[in-house]
Amino acid sequence: MAISLDKLMGFHHKALQVRTERMEVIAGNLANANTPGYKAKDIDFQQAMKSAQFNQSHNLTRTHEGHIKGSMKAVDDLQFRTPNQPDTGDGNTVDVQIERNTFLDNGLRYQAGMEFLNGKIKGMKKAISGGQQ
Amino acid sequence: MSLFNVMDIASTGMSAQSIRLNTTASNVANANSVSSSYEDTYKARHPVFAAEMQRASQEQSAGSRVNVLGVVESTKPLQIEYSPGHPMADGDGYIYKPNVNVVEEMADMMSASKAYETNVQVADTTKRIFRNVLRLGQGS
Repeated sequence: MAISLDKLMGFHHKALQVRTERMEVIAGNLANANTPGYKAKDIDFQQAMKSAQFNQSHNLTRTHEGHIKGSMKAVDDLQFRTPNQPDTGDGNTVDVQIERNTFLDNGLRYQAGMEFLNGKIKGMKKAISGGQQ
Repeated sequence: MSLFNVMDIASTGMSAQSIRLNTTASNVANANSVSSSYEDTYKARHPVFAAEMQRASQEQSAGSRVNVLGVVESTKPLQIEYSPGHPMADGDGYIYKPNVNVVEEMADMMSASKAYETNVQVADTTKRIFRNVLRLGQGS
């Protein structure tokens, strides 16, 4: 039986990818906390994970820089957040408290995912070296 | 799509907020700069923020950076005061005071410094996570 590193890492690797993307989106929300008209966005982790797992996105290959980039995703993971209070006057829907907590939560889960990945690597290292150090 | 993008976004946020702090400092410092004509009087300045949508729409990054489009001068009417003994008074004895509302500026300053702090924390968290990524698989 061949060892597939891809299968070993697969799930957690993809989870970390989605976490990174989510971190980016939330960092964007926080940076735009005072931008008039900016609408807070977030990634639906479950949906993003599903489409990452089954690799449900397709990109068109561009052979010329003038080509328009074409891509297709089964579900668009990026969604606008539903504000929990009426318009504050400038059309901005970023709630800094919520975003900060989400960022923290996402960061912790990222680190948890990394721990899992670390464990996998450790286990594989042990298997390769036969348990002797 | 990488952790560097998060750092980038946080740094655009920081620079936007520091421009805001700059204008606030200038407004507060000049709150009492009187002059003898309407045009020469200092007017309160405020930056205009806008989300940078171009990169986001090209799917280079999921989050959007913040851009400072420019600094605009407030169009609120100036305070005109009759004070013939003032050395800056014009021919009719009037002096012109800036339209800076110091209380408003202080509140704005606090908001800007809090937003700056938030961006610093975002960058800090990213840095810590990055360090962990670099250490992945090391150690026994």
